[in-house]
Amino acid sequence: MSFEPKIVAFLCNWCAYAGADMAGTSRLKYPANVVPIRVMCSGRIDAEFIIDAFEKGADGVFIGGCHPGDCHYVSGNYRARRRVEMVKKLLSQMGVNEKRLRIEWVSATEGKKFATVIEEFVDEIKKLGPSPWRK
Amino acid sequence: MIKIAMYWGAGCGGCDVSLLGLHEKILDLLNEAEIVFWPCAMDFKYEDLEKMEDKSIDVAFYNGGIRTEENEEIAKLLRKKAKILVAYGSCATEGCVIGLANLYDKKDIFETVYLKNETTKNDEKIVPKEETDDLKLPEFLPYLKTLEQVVEVDASIPGCPPPMPVLEDALNALLQGKTKFGKEVALCDECPRKDTKPDKIEISRFYRWHEKEDNGDCFLAQNMICMGPATRAGCGGECISANIPCTGCMGPVPKVRNQGTSMLSAIASLIGEEIDEETEKEIINSIEDFAGTFYKFSTAKLLPEGRLKDES
Ligand code: SF4
Ligand code: SF4
Ligand code: SF4
Ligand code: FES
Repeated sequence: MSFEPKIVAFLCNWCAYAGADMAGTSRLKYPANVVPIRVMCSGRIDAEFIIDAFEKGADGVFIGGCHPGDCHYVSGNYRARRRVEMVKKLLSQMGVNEKRLRIEWVSATEGKKFATVIEEFVDEIKKLGPSPWRK
Repeated sequence: MIKIAMYWGAGCGGCDVSLLGLHEKILDLLNEAEIVFWPCAMDFKYEDLEKMEDKSIDVAFYNGGIRTEENEEIAKLLRKKAKILVAYGSCATEGCVIGLANLYDKKDIFETVYLKNETTKNDEKIVPKEETDDLKLPEFLPYLKTLEQVVEVDASIPGCPPPMPVLEDALNALLQGKTKFGKEVALCDECPRKDTKPDKIEISRFYRWHEKEDNGDCFLAQNMICMGPATRAGCGGECISANIPCTGCMGPVPKVRNQGTSMLSAIASLIGEEIDEETEKEIINSIEDFAGTFYKFSTAKLLPEGRLKDES
């Protein structure tokens, strides 16, 4: 059987989640591997959430926030970007491929972009195989 | 008389010494308690422990982590013989510095220690064996485990080694049969430099503490990583008083599960807001060792089964 990865996607309420919604209402197809978790802002995503998601069996973690300058809370997305950068360093020291963590900016109108980046990410994780936590 | 025991697992010995560091207070302790097993300080054999009745020790302290078959065996034996089993110190509680070895495989560790280290002279390339014709040594396990990862633990005394005020408080509680003790706030709360910690900190590069002259202010305000905000209070700021930032030996504040990720998240928020993406990457890359900085004392909890192995 082919490997169907589990992806946890933390999406900010104001942009990325709305973008995912847009993808849905425009009937765009994207892989069903994604478990979306809505947060108010990408800045709410503590590094612990990311590690937790992996420990609980995610093969990849996706973070979606507003474009730079557009965060509803001014600078939450910059914090998220910095945390992701730092967690990637930690992951690679732990023996985990840092490509399993990805952050993207998706606005409320970018349903198409959401579908495309998710598709790309799922493909990437398929190539990487199951998370080393699951082996 | 309360019966107590102390065992030294995979640790540096500092925890055993810290118990002696009670100085004359150890005499008070001996007024209330009888030591029935403490191999480091007195002559005891494992047989003595085996012969004791189950649950006959009131409080057993285990310091050091679990890295060998022998450590594991004694942990299980002490669990059987003790009413209250206490993880004593950071190694037993969280894996401590020796837990950083979980970032490497057993093979890497042996090669580095016995063959590749610059300070190692081993022309004959002698590497220890677990078994010879007539001798079998306890196995060196594939990774370091904390006490809790092996047996049920009733209480933990944090610190590397437990600082005196923490130890005294813990012993007082334990000798009365209480397993809850210690402070519930972060180190910053009792830090001698806390009044110089500004409300807003903006970091534009990180310094290690030998790279910059200390001006006596809060280390974070001086752009040096100090684990104080994510570390449990109790030591009174021992390292800060010695002009060194806290590296987090007291572990997380109770109710916080993950000291490393919470500090990492906090540090990420302190990078100046106006900084562009490029510079931001440089600043982050200037932290050379993420596990060693944020998980110096708890890598064994982050990697409970050792280094992860991602195929590609
Ligand atoms: S906790 Fe620290 S002092 Fe105690 S054994 Fe471990 S390394 Fe040594
Ligand atoms: S960050 Fe460090 S130096 Fe600053 S107040 Fe907290 S413990 Fe003290
Ligand atoms: S300042 Fe930090 S590292 Fe130093 S003894 Fe206190 S808790 Fe441990
Ligand atoms: S609200 Fe979307 S990233 Fe802050």
